[in-house]
Amino acid sequence: MGLMGGTWTFENRIYVNSSGTAVGPKEAEGPLGQTFDISHEDLHCGEDNWELAERRLMEQAIDQCLTKSNLQTDQVDFFIAGDLLNQNVTSNYVARHLQIPTICMFGACSTSMETVAIGSQLVDSGFANKIVAATSSHNATAERQFRYPTEYGGQKPDTATATVTGAGAVLISQEYSDIVITSATIGKVVDYGLKDPFDMGSAMAPAAADTIQRHLQDLNRTTNDYDMFITGDLSGIGSPILKDLLKEEGIDIDEKHFDCGLMIYRPDQNVFAGGSGCACSAVVTFSHIFNMLRSKEVDRVFVVATGALLSPTMIQQKESIPTIAHGVVFERAERGVHH
Amino acid sequence: MEYVIAFIAGGCICIIGQLLLDIFKLTPAHVMSSFVVIGAILDGFGIYDRFIEFAGAGATVPITSFGHSLLHGAMKGADEHGFIGIGMGVFELTSAGISSAIVFAFLVAVFFRPKG
Repeated sequence: MGLMGGTWTFENRIYVNSSGTAVGPKEAEGPLGQTFDISHEDLHCGEDNWELAERRLMEQAIDQCLTKSNLQTDQVDFFIAGDLLNQNVTSNYVARHLQIPTICMFGACSTSMETVAIGSQLVDSGFANKIVAATSSHNATAERQFRYPTEYGGQKPDTATATVTGAGAVLISQEYSDIVITSATIGKVVDYGLKDPFDMGSAMAPAAADTIQRHLQDLNRTTNDYDMFITGDLSGIGSPILKDLLKEEGIDIDEKHFDCGLMIYRPDQNVFAGGSGCACSAVVTFSHIFNMLRSKEVDRVFVVATGALLSPTMIQQKESIPTIAHGVVFERAERGVHH
Repeated sequence: MEYVIAFIAGGCICIIGQLLLDIFKLTPAHVMSSFVVIGAILDGFGIYDRFIEFAGAGATVPITSFGHSLLHGAMKGADEHGFIGIGMGVFELTSAGISSAIVFAFLVAVFFRPKG
């Protein structure tokens, strides 16, 4: 494995063998609705409460992922997962049932790429043969924990985002497949002093800018080396800020930038500035972006999952919101090794 | 005319609340408790009763009137029972409102599922 700055380039070919996605009703109605494996018509996903609903989404995403690779849970070496809830309850309760050695992580909405990066690293270094990386979020569980419960009726400003209901899982190994993971850039915690939990796009944009800039610098690449730069959930507010910040550094990603939070919903779905949450980058990347790679629409993409490390307790103590962004490069396998 | 005055007076209170949310970034809980305290303070100067005479429901429906009722109850309790009466009377006028909030919240929770 190569280390350049904060970027890992994998020595071996690390493949995404399969992926699974499960989403809620609003995501199913959105423009990418057809690309997800499982869609629920009801936000409860057939369960009695919201936490169980989120857990079911993660279980279904993992189940889809393993079924596509024709694997049983005991053939997977490690389960690497995280979500947004306190004590990572979704991941840990899913892990209780999976009985795969578990590494649980928290990086807020950056967890999707954080788990993929760590999983790829383990597979590359030979400490694992097969890993499953999974993340989830649920609109009702997240809104209640980080903002207000819906019943409270608190107003949301237009800068707020809507937490995506869904879960995504990927199986990563060195066995040949059509999508390859070639490098990953681990984010730094960036804090520009923003304090508004209803405007996380603005808070996270500098973290994404830092990761993209360091990634290009570490690998001595330019934006021409990529077909897309995909951010997790900067939304309509954070995306222009990211482009401006990068422009100041002489990096122009305007034409190549896409945000999962803007891709997953139509603007008329009452989602304010766009989608957010761990599942936002996970379900869009593991379905739509992977499909684009497979159909040769794109050859190489850099997915930067952005996370607002928001704690309601810290916000009440007038602290600002630290943010982080982890990036992973996915390529079409036939393209060859690029180191 | 009474309706128009009530509508405008009540609406002005709501505008203040919206400005507190949007410009001063207060949380809904802060706005609500501020209004209760403001209602009580205004009542302490005898202003709120005159406001009610003028605006009717425009003054009694917003949460500020809750503060006004708290103070009235406390003062009445103090008249009748002295210092300890403040505590006895403070929720007297508002007890029907508080009880119904609890009862209806319970009923709604029993019969309905949350939507989001």
